[in-house]
Amino acid sequence: MRLDELTRPDFPILERRVNGQPLVYLDSAASSQKPRQVLEAMTRYYETSHSNVHRSIHTLGEEATELYESARDHVQRFLGAASREEIVFTRGTTDGLNLLAEAIGRTLRAGDEVLITEMEHHSNIIPWQMAVRDRGAVLKAVPVVGEGFLDVEAFSRLVTARTRVVAVAHVSNVLGTINPVRQIVARARDVGALSVIDGAQAAPHLPLDVSLLGCDFYVCSPHKMLGPTGIGILYGRRAALDALEPARGGGEMIKEVWLDRAQWNDLPWRFEPGTPPVAEAIGLAAAIEYLEKIGMSRVAEHERVLTRAALDALSAIPDVTVYGPRNPEIKGAVVAFNVADLHPHDAAALLDAEGIAVRAGHHCAQPLMRHLGIIGTVRASFSVYTAPDEVARLARAVSGLKSML
Amino acid sequence: MTTAAGVYSSVIRERWRRPRFRGVLAGATVTAEDVNPLCGDRIRLALRLEGPMLAEARFTGDSCAICAASADVLLETVQGKSVTDAVAVTTEDLLAILEADIRPTRMKCVTLPLSALKAALHAS
Repeated sequence: MRLDELTRPDFPILERRVNGQPLVYLDSAASSQKPRQVLEAMTRYYETSHSNVHRSIHTLGEEATELYESARDHVQRFLGAASREEIVFTRGTTDGLNLLAEAIGRTLRAGDEVLITEMEHHSNIIPWQMAVRDRGAVLKAVPVVGEGFLDVEAFSRLVTARTRVVAVAHVSNVLGTINPVRQIVARARDVGALSVIDGAQAAPHLPLDVSLLGCDFYVCSPHKMLGPTGIGILYGRRAALDALEPARGGGEMIKEVWLDRAQWNDLPWRFEPGTPPVAEAIGLAAAIEYLEKIGMSRVAEHERVLTRAALDALSAIPDVTVYGPRNPEIKGAVVAFNVADLHPHDAAALLDAEGIAVRAGHHCAQPLMRHLGIIGTVRASFSVYTAPDEVARLARAVSGLKSML
Repeated sequence: MTTAAGVYSSVIRERWRRPRFRGVLAGATVTAEDVNPLCGDRIRLALRLEGPMLAEARFTGDSCAICAASADVLLETVQGKSVTDAVAVTTEDLLAILEADIRPTRMKCVTLPLSALKAALHAS
C-alpha cells in the first residue's frame, strides 16, 4: 500500500472541498496537516490531565508534568540526541534561532564573524543581523551557485579563525537543496565556531541523527512535522548548551532567586522560562510516534517519488521555470517554479480557485530571490499524505494557467 | 475559464495584459515608490505636476495582476485632475472600477498604488 493510501484516513481536513473541488494541499512545507492521533492526544490531555507543570503538587500537575517531560524523551529519540537534557522546548524554529542569536550575540566582540548563507530563511538572517549590530561583529554569507548549491570554495574561504558562528539551513525552504551539514559542521568545529543548523525543512522529511551530524545546535518546528503550532524544538549539544548563558528569564529557569541575583536551573529548564506549551508538547509526542511508526526512511522515499513526479511534470510544461536542484535524491520535498510572466500570487490564486493550495511569494528568502533575479515563486511541497494524483492535478492546472489571466 | 473570472475580473485581466499607463515618464516632477511587505511587490509612480494639476502619470514595477490593474485604473482616474481631487480617490473607488471581489489577503495589492500616490502628492 502506498504511504498516502495508508495515512490519508487519519487526516480529517483532507476530506474538505475548497471552491467546489476536493482540496489538494501542497503547502506542507509551510505547515503540515495533523493526524487524528495528534488532535486526540491534545484533546485527551485538556479533558483529563491539564494543569501547570513542574511545581504543582497534585495529581493533575504530576500527570501533566509526566506527559510534558515524556515528550522530551520522544524528541531526544527522534533526533538522536545523547541525552534528554539536550532538548529545549521553544515556540518554534524562529524562536529557537532568536534564542540562540540573543544568547550567543552577547558574547560577540568587535571583529567576530557570523557566517550564514544566501539561501537562508529570514529567520536565520535577521536574528544574526541583530546579534552583530552594535557589537562591531560582522555578518557574512556563503553565495549560492549553479542549480542552487552552496559555493563550497567560498564557504571554505569564509570560515576563518574570526568565525564564531556558522548558521545554515539543513534543507532550503525554496530550492529544496539538502546542504552538506556534516562537512559544514566539521569545518566550523575546526576553527572553534559554533554550528547552528536550521532544520525546519529537514526534520519533517529525513531520518535525523544530530549526534552523527555533530552540530552544536539544531532547531526545528513541530507544526511542519504533523504536530501542533506554538512549540519549537531546540537541540543543543550538552557542552554547547552548558556554555550558553540564558538570555531570557522567568519562572522555572532558576534554582534560587535573590533580589539582585539568581542561580540558574539545570538543563534543559534553564532555557524554558514561563509556562511551557504543554498540550503542544503532548501533540508533538503523538506526531513523533506517528512518524516513527511509518519510519522516516519511508517518509523520505515517498516524498522523493512525489518530488520526482512534480519535477518531471512541471518541467515538461512550456513556459514553466523550475528552481533548485533537478535531482530529487539531493532535494527536500519542495518544488519551486514560475509560470511565464504570471506573478506567483496570481498563479496561486488561480490554483486556489481549483482547490489547490500552494505557497507563493518570496518565501521569507528575499536575498535568495534577489540572487535568482525574481520577486518570488510558486512552491508546491509534499508530506506523508500527499498522493501522486494530487501532483498530477497540480501539473494539469499549471498547464492551463497562462491562458486564464 | 469560469474559475479565473471568479478570481480576476475582466477589468483586471484586461488591464494586466494591456496596461494603458505602464511606462516611464520623461519630465516627471514627482516620483514615488512603495513596497508591499507581504509579497515584495514594488510600484514606482512618476508624475508630472503643472501647478495644481496632475498633468501626466505613469507607473512601473514588479507586481501581481491585481496591483498592476489597480495602478493602471488609478492613474487613468487621476491624470488630468487637480491634486486635490487626486488625493480624494478612495480604495472603494478603485474596487468599483476593477469590478473585483478582492479577498482581505490581497487588499494590499489594490491599495499599494493608492498609498504611493498619496505619499507622493503630500510630499510635493
